[in-house]
Amino acid sequence: MTVRSRKEIHLAAHFPGVDNTTVRADPRSRSQIDLSSFEHLARTAERGLFDFFFLAEGLRPREHKDRIHDLDVVGRPESLTVLGALAGVTERLGLAATVNATFNEPYELARRFATLDHLSGGRAGWNVVTSSDAFTGENFRRGGFLDRAERYTRAAEFVEVARTLWDSWTPDGVSRPFAHRGRHFDIAGEFTVPRSPQGHPVVIQAGDSGEGREFAAATADVVFSGWGSGGCPPGRHGTRYGSLEAGRAFYADVKRRLAKYGREPGDLKIMPGVGVVLGDTAAEAQERATEIRRQQVSPQNAILALEQIWGVDLSAYDPDGPLPEIDPVADSVITQGRTRRGDTVVIAEKWRALSKEKGLSIRETVIEAGARQSFIGTPDAVAAELEEFVRRDAADGFILLPHLTPGGLDEFVDRVVPLLQERGVFRTEYRGSTLRSHLGLERPEDRGRSGRSTSGHPSNPDDRRGRGARCGERRRVVSGREEA
Amino acid sequence: MTSSHGRGRLHLAAALDQPTVFDAGPYVELARLAERGGLDFVTLGDTFARPGPDALAVLSRVAPATSRVGLVPTVTTTHTEPFHVQAAVATLDWVSRGRAGWRIDVSATEGEARLFGRRHAAPAEELWREAGEVADVAARLWDSWEDDAEIRDVATGRFIDRDKLHHIDFEGAGFSVRGPSIVPRPPQGHPVRVVDATEGQARRTAARYADVVLVRAASAAQAAAVRDQLRAAAAESGRDPDTLRVLASLLVDLGDGEHAAEPGHGGGGPRQTAQGPLYRGGPVDLAELVAAWHTDGVVDGFHLTPVEPRRDLERLVNGTVALLQHRGLFRTFYPGSTLREHLGLARPANRYAVTGGASAS
Repeated sequence: MTVRSRKEIHLAAHFPGVDNTTVRADPRSRSQIDLSSFEHLARTAERGLFDFFFLAEGLRPREHKDRIHDLDVVGRPESLTVLGALAGVTERLGLAATVNATFNEPYELARRFATLDHLSGGRAGWNVVTSSDAFTGENFRRGGFLDRAERYTRAAEFVEVARTLWDSWTPDGVSRPFAHRGRHFDIAGEFTVPRSPQGHPVVIQAGDSGEGREFAAATADVVFSGWGSGGCPPGRHGTRYGSLEAGRAFYADVKRRLAKYGREPGDLKIMPGVGVVLGDTAAEAQERATEIRRQQVSPQNAILALEQIWGVDLSAYDPDGPLPEIDPVADSVITQGRTRRGDTVVIAEKWRALSKEKGLSIRETVIEAGARQSFIGTPDAVAAELEEFVRRDAADGFILLPHLTPGGLDEFVDRVVPLLQERGVFRTEYRGSTLRSHLGLERPEDRGRSGRSTSGHPSNPDDRRGRGARCGERRRVVSGREEA
Repeated sequence: MTSSHGRGRLHLAAALDQPTVFDAGPYVELARLAERGGLDFVTLGDTFARPGPDALAVLSRVAPATSRVGLVPTVTTTHTEPFHVQAAVATLDWVSRGRAGWRIDVSATEGEARLFGRRHAAPAEELWREAGEVADVAARLWDSWEDDAEIRDVATGRFIDRDKLHHIDFEGAGFSVRGPSIVPRPPQGHPVRVVDATEGQARRTAARYADVVLVRAASAAQAAAVRDQLRAAAAESGRDPDTLRVLASLLVDLGDGEHAAEPGHGGGGPRQTAQGPLYRGGPVDLAELVAAWHTDGVVDGFHLTPVEPRRDLERLVNGTVALLQHRGLFRTFYPGSTLREHLGLARPANRYAVTGGASAS
């Protein structure tokens, strides 16, 4: 391997799928269920030489005001099964899925990921998320929920056990018995799957909180972050400089934590989830971004977003009229199955201030406050910005969040990827065949029978939300738990 | 006697099991071979007790490499989550465009229980009762979205008609599920449920919930007896017995080429072994056996497990199946595209639909 003077960008794509992120009013919008949609996006990502393609998880349709929420795209196939099929229509692209550690057991899940790693020739990745949600728990044997601190200890132990299982066969194909006794799991026996091509499928961690960062530093290969440490995407609150600096601060903070786990900075890749909107001119890109936001926030959706903050029925309000005078209800459960978004009273105050300052209606306020297109501009400008964020250590790469199924990656791959290649910051061909090789991660050595338990536990569960809340309502949607 | 003798179409299925294979290639190759022979479906076994890959994952990988043959993985119900199981099976149906089945099985050993650490081993009777509940809850969750729930209505901004999504509020002996599913109703409505009912404990669950029942029987009389019993039990639980397909499950060893069946195989019939009933002989004699049992109304077809997967499946397709086709006893092409169509089973109505609009929309 030659020494590169420029830091290479890693790219991944998230299947837009569900929620009002996905613009379905667009005439080019197609099924979020059919394999053909997944295939188109995955093939496009592979044509663009992306590191991986990434599916979110849903475990129960959301409910609002005690009824199933009906405004947004909902319904999705089960991720690992879709990835099994995609392994048959792609050759090099990494294939990752969000799978909840709360409502699964390590033996079965480790086996499913090891199988996918074999079937795909070493391209499997797992985004570990946890749920504290009793609403979702109603669909599972386990039921109930975990408090926040328990979620991370379960996730850490879950990953540790999975790696013990992945390591339980010798590299030359001999099965060795395993035994694990911990706070959450007490299991023993033999694993049914030999060591897979990557040794360990790639582990991804989503979430920016203090516990999340510590968990990532101890355990993960990739961080799927919001925008930096609560920083906001360019073109929104504050300046582009502000988000670059926030990204740099998050990046430095997470990388700094690696040393105590005996890991190098390169062992963990930081990849924020971002949107991209392109245009032939900057003005056209801005116009398109505005139109996309209007499509995402229909009048009905604006009222819904408001109800989620205010915690009460606001159906009598006019989406094109002013914000309610009444105060929000704290700790309302008007919406179920959606990630909590911090102090709603504080958010409501901010929205009011925003509305007053700019003279915005309800719908305009929701559009303004929830915007999340991150890179908006000409292909040249976007390529330059992406490069700058990586060069200046605000990220190692990006997970694109397209808003259109299935064509949402086409333009980026056709117009931006070649510019990144010209700049010498993105690969012009796949050099390896596994996801680990795309990400520049080492294949884990065989830890053997006695040397396991390298994973640490988050030791500093402070800083609950980071500075996240100020980015407004949408940022946690990227955690891949939008329905769960 | 409830049997309808020899009137139904002949159904053939083959097992793809290759325990030491973890790469996709050999499975794809065998599934394509089975598809070339027009077989109804292929099965792939799964257990936590012995080495082998996750079967449903393997067949999801096979799906885009095939276009007609049914894909039936084993998915166990003892240590798994019913909600995840039904979602994965429904998704296999989506990615295969209506070709998914699910062979239901239980995990009976203490060794398997220790891999999960959530419960101890339990008697087979109890495990099969639970498997029946999982089969039931799965079908309810498949129905929890009506076929036309997705409306994408521009005027009202609604994506779904929420009156067509249903909580199922299932309360079983060991688990409960609120629903609805997160996966829309799969193409077949209900993917095909398969149960091996050779053991008595599985028979009640098979008669009540299975579309296809496998019986490992070494003689025609034994197979016919189990089939009659299953059809009677199906009728008792309120089903039309003609919605049940009973297949004889045999190991086949076609290594002797065109030679006649070994003496001691009962004139080309199977012989009981420790691994189950085994047919050993030539493909032509196997065709005779298949034709005879089917024509006599003993079974609706056969599920064959090649002893040497590649060799025996090739001889099965190029020899046995070709001969059955030549004699007009087996299809020469797939007239339908879903596994239900291959099996001659209707797409089930949705139990939650108020109107008759649920069928085949």
